[in-house]
Amino acid sequence: MARNICKRILQTVLILFAVALLIFIMLRIIPGNAIVTMMGEHANPEAIERMTAELGLDKPFYVQFWKYISGVFSGDLGTSYSLNRPVSELIATAFPNTLRLAVCAALVAWLLGIVCGIIAAVKKNSILDHSFMGLSLLGVSVPVFMVAMVLQYLLAYKWKLFPISSGSAGWIGYVLPAIALGWNSAGSIARLTRSTLLEVMQEDYIDTARAKGLRQVAVIVFHGLRNAVLPVITMMAVQLSSLLSGAVICETIFSVNGIGRLAVQAIEGRDIPLLQGTILFSTALVILGNLVADCLYSVLDPRIRKEV
Amino acid sequence: MEPIKTREEKELRDNSFRAVCRRLFRENKPAAFSAILICLMILAAILAPVITPYSYEEIIDPLNRLAAPSLQHPLGTDEIGRDVLTRLLYGARISLLVGIVPTLISMAAGAALGILAGYMGGKVDTVIMRLADVMLAFPSMLLAMVIMYTLGDGIINIFLALALVNWASVARIVRAETLKLRETEYVEAARSIGVGSLKIMCRHILPNCLPSLIVLFTLNIPSAILSESSLSFLGLGIQKPMASWGLMVNTGRQYLYTNPWLSLAPSLAIMVVVLAFNFLGDGLRDILDPHLKKQ
Repeated sequence: MARNICKRILQTVLILFAVALLIFIMLRIIPGNAIVTMMGEHANPEAIERMTAELGLDKPFYVQFWKYISGVFSGDLGTSYSLNRPVSELIATAFPNTLRLAVCAALVAWLLGIVCGIIAAVKKNSILDHSFMGLSLLGVSVPVFMVAMVLQYLLAYKWKLFPISSGSAGWIGYVLPAIALGWNSAGSIARLTRSTLLEVMQEDYIDTARAKGLRQVAVIVFHGLRNAVLPVITMMAVQLSSLLSGAVICETIFSVNGIGRLAVQAIEGRDIPLLQGTILFSTALVILGNLVADCLYSVLDPRIRKEV
Repeated sequence: MEPIKTREEKELRDNSFRAVCRRLFRENKPAAFSAILICLMILAAILAPVITPYSYEEIIDPLNRLAAPSLQHPLGTDEIGRDVLTRLLYGARISLLVGIVPTLISMAAGAALGILAGYMGGKVDTVIMRLADVMLAFPSMLLAMVIMYTLGDGIINIFLALALVNWASVARIVRAETLKLRETEYVEAARSIGVGSLKIMCRHILPNCLPSLIVLFTLNIPSAILSESSLSFLGLGIQKPMASWGLMVNTGRQYLYTNPWLSLAPSLAIMVVVLAFNFLGDGLRDILDPHLKKQ
């Protein structure tokens, strides 16, 4: 197993490298010079030239990329044009906020999704099942900003139960953004939990467990769920990516100072190093999440240990 | 394949447009209802100038800003006095276009690359699928943001951005399907009588991927619509004075506490369209993909 995991890690590093290269290329084929946009169109040509040289933008592409990538490996992501601070420092202050938001949202999504999925599967074709599945489809179909704004309007503005913006409100400020963000994922997790659990419950070993006199709850939790939860774990890793995507919207609405908001700020300020850094960081998170899920998967399911 | 015996079985295997519609209406009422709703919406979007007397960018009532719903303006007016219902109708054009066009592009590219990777195998497969891996590693929203930043605003660029973001997942699914189809007897038979690779891919593999592609198409439209609305919401998509639902939510957000309706109406519109496409996609999958139905 160790060898397979090593191989997976090597693969991950290669993908990360490719991702960095792709972002680098994408941000440099911009029509119009970044420096001109930065300094204004009426800037002195000499000043533009000096700035270009100072930022190393006059060097050939591969030199710039090499400088950037070697910086990345030593933790240096460049300096933000608009905020004039090291990008790594900005990300380090923003990341805990995004992490907190993502963890809370994931808790909402998993608890809500798995519990509703189990209930729907156990009470198959009942009213409860149909209403949960209807709700989950609604969860997948509602845009994040809509849930966020409805929650903000009703719970924060009308009933004053929660703070409107989460900037300095502590943990309580994360309740609404977490629900708004988790709601989407909860829907797909509930649907998947239901379908895999239904499939698993038809296996022979479930009959065996019943035949030896286990109670229904024990059969579902120890025999059914343990096997049904495997695809759900993969799903959770995939959801990390959509959580980070949704976080951009959620952070904007609830003014959480996280990575997503930093990325939006970077775009508004046409700040390439900052944008590059935030995107690279988020993508690296997703890639690492997938790696962890793969390893976890092989620990949980002995059958696929060899295949990973 | 076993010979087809009964009439019902024959019907189950019939994937013609009429047969699918008939079964959709008989077996899955929500999906059929959604199909009708989508048709009505497309009609409303096309006939927008006939339905509403106003224009989407013209300021009709400069004195009557942020008005409550009335007979004259069924959904009220926005922050500079434009009719909200009118803008909603014109916004439907953009949402539906953004749902359909980039999805078509990404389906075509994804299907072509997926079949090529699955059928050819070897180096072609490695190159295409590793590229897909890299694309799939990005959080889709952030990737779309970077692409929009690079290309600039505008609806054509949204088409390109969403197509670039979505082709990889299509390619992955089509490749898996192709790997299965490649081993079937009829493909082997075709190969043994000397049919060329290109012809096998177009004549034998592609048509057999079509049912999955149709399902995937219906299910990818809503996610494209959601992506566009999120991009426009962040101010990176459709620009003023065009009417896009996401953009309307974005401008309406400033008046959330005084006029919640302004941002809620377009949000609801997005939700209804996305829900309808999701219901239809689920219904079509049950009918066109019998493997999934068994579960």
